[in-house]
Amino acid sequence: MAPTPCELCKTTRALVVRPKNHQKLCKTCFINIFETEIHNTITANSLFFSGERVAIGASGGKDSTVLASVLKTLNKRYHYGLNLVLLSIDEGIKGYRDDSLETVKRNAVQYDMPLEIVGYDELYGWTMDQVVEQIGKKGNCTYCGVFRRQALDRGAARLGIKHVVTGHNADDIAETVMMNLLRGDLPRLARATSIVTASAASDIKRSKPLKYAYEKEIVYYALHKGLDYFTTECIYSPEAFRGSARTLIKNLEKVRPSAILDVVRSGEDMARLVPEEVSGVGKSGKDILVVEGEAEGAGGCGSANGRTSGGEMADMEKQLLENEKSQGNEMEITLKGQKHDRNCKNLNRMPRKLPKQQMGKCARCGYLSSQDICKACMLLEGLNKNRPKTQIQVSVERKTVIQR
Amino acid sequence: MSTEPSKADVPIVVEFTGGLELLFSNQRKHRLLLPSSGEKGQPANTAFLVRYLCENVMKDKRKEMFIIDGTVRPGILVLINDADWELEGGDQYELKKNDNILFVSTLHGG
Ligand SMILES: [Zn+2]
Ligand SMILES: [Zn+2]
Repeated sequence: MAPTPCELCKTTRALVVRPKNHQKLCKTCFINIFETEIHNTITANSLFFSGERVAIGASGGKDSTVLASVLKTLNKRYHYGLNLVLLSIDEGIKGYRDDSLETVKRNAVQYDMPLEIVGYDELYGWTMDQVVEQIGKKGNCTYCGVFRRQALDRGAARLGIKHVVTGHNADDIAETVMMNLLRGDLPRLARATSIVTASAASDIKRSKPLKYAYEKEIVYYALHKGLDYFTTECIYSPEAFRGSARTLIKNLEKVRPSAILDVVRSGEDMARLVPEEVSGVGKSGKDILVVEGEAEGAGGCGSANGRTSGGEMADMEKQLLENEKSQGNEMEITLKGQKHDRNCKNLNRMPRKLPKQQMGKCARCGYLSSQDICKACMLLEGLNKNRPKTQIQVSVERKTVIQR
Repeated sequence: MSTEPSKADVPIVVEFTGGLELLFSNQRKHRLLLPSSGEKGQPANTAFLVRYLCENVMKDKRKEMFIIDGTVRPGILVLINDADWELEGGDQYELKKNDNILFVSTLHGG
């Protein structure tokens, strides 16, 4: 078979097929177009301003490593004038985080960026190893995810940095759109699709410059640029891929590669239909309220970049079945304690029934929260009382008490 | 019945990365002598290679982490001499001496 020439330069051998348009590109043209598209995303959304200090949430994994490499390149090429810092969270998982932190330390040298590491133990008084020792391996990803989200903001605050960028890619967003659509969680659907999340109650802004980048292309970029990234599954989520929404997304991609971006765009379109008072999202798509631990889905451990952690499709099916059984009880309390009408005939009335989300500060830790005690503090309360409870049970109980 | 002697085995290099190496004895690079024809005498293509790896090289019991419905599971990239296997005929590509086949998981942590 004769080598396929690159569709852009027509001279070099094509190595990459772009998922979104089947374009066949050589290494140089691919790297160039990948970087240019991220630059376009950054400028189209005015993500940065000159002189801004930006923390890159760095796990040592492929997404954050590619993000750091691309931002480093673009900052120089287009004179963004950014002051970039790598920010890593140490969940305290022996043998897992140790190796990935070594990768981040090498990245700091390779990209000539300062590195800050913040540990769960200093923030919460618990390492993930200790959490697992207490609650077992099941459900610990919820703790890890909730703790992690706050940890990045707290780490940034400690450095006096007001903007955190994360490596969430198009596959991550598509997965979150699917999950929130199936859950019927419109506020979260709206927040998850927006490229910038910021809040009046917190001065940390978050953004996702890789939002439109396919995971497949991120891996290609890392491979062809010879980037040094770390890969291992979190040792506490061995079943991470079975029955996950991730698998669904990958299967869709296999049938029709453009499906991933189509899902992302559909999610954005649906988010626009969510009333502002429900989503907390301004019509401009900017200045968005974000509830701690929610924008990227409740699940997801640090290793998986906030993605769902497996088995959730089966869990949801079970939950939907149970919901159907309890149809007589028309109003149900959802995960966030919002009243939510399951009757399809009333669908267009539904948004008006959703209460406006009140953003305030956690009474205990002062962190941004829609409830008087934030998720992390509730999880910690359970841990500290030596009473293992899942997040869902805790929040429903709480909400029930409040409403009476 | 054909008594034609089988051609020499095909020496190739197979690499696993992106977390897949964990399924293959935690070893990134494997030098193999692939039989020059498949189970039914068909040419040794990448489809055959994938089955061969699953049966002969992969010690991990979680076969579904590598192979689903008889082919590489979605989310695993296959590169033939640095090029996406789509550019080389996918699982119908016939392996040649000294080919380098790279399997990369995109499914592991970000
Ligand atoms: Zn080219
Ligand atoms: Zn709190």
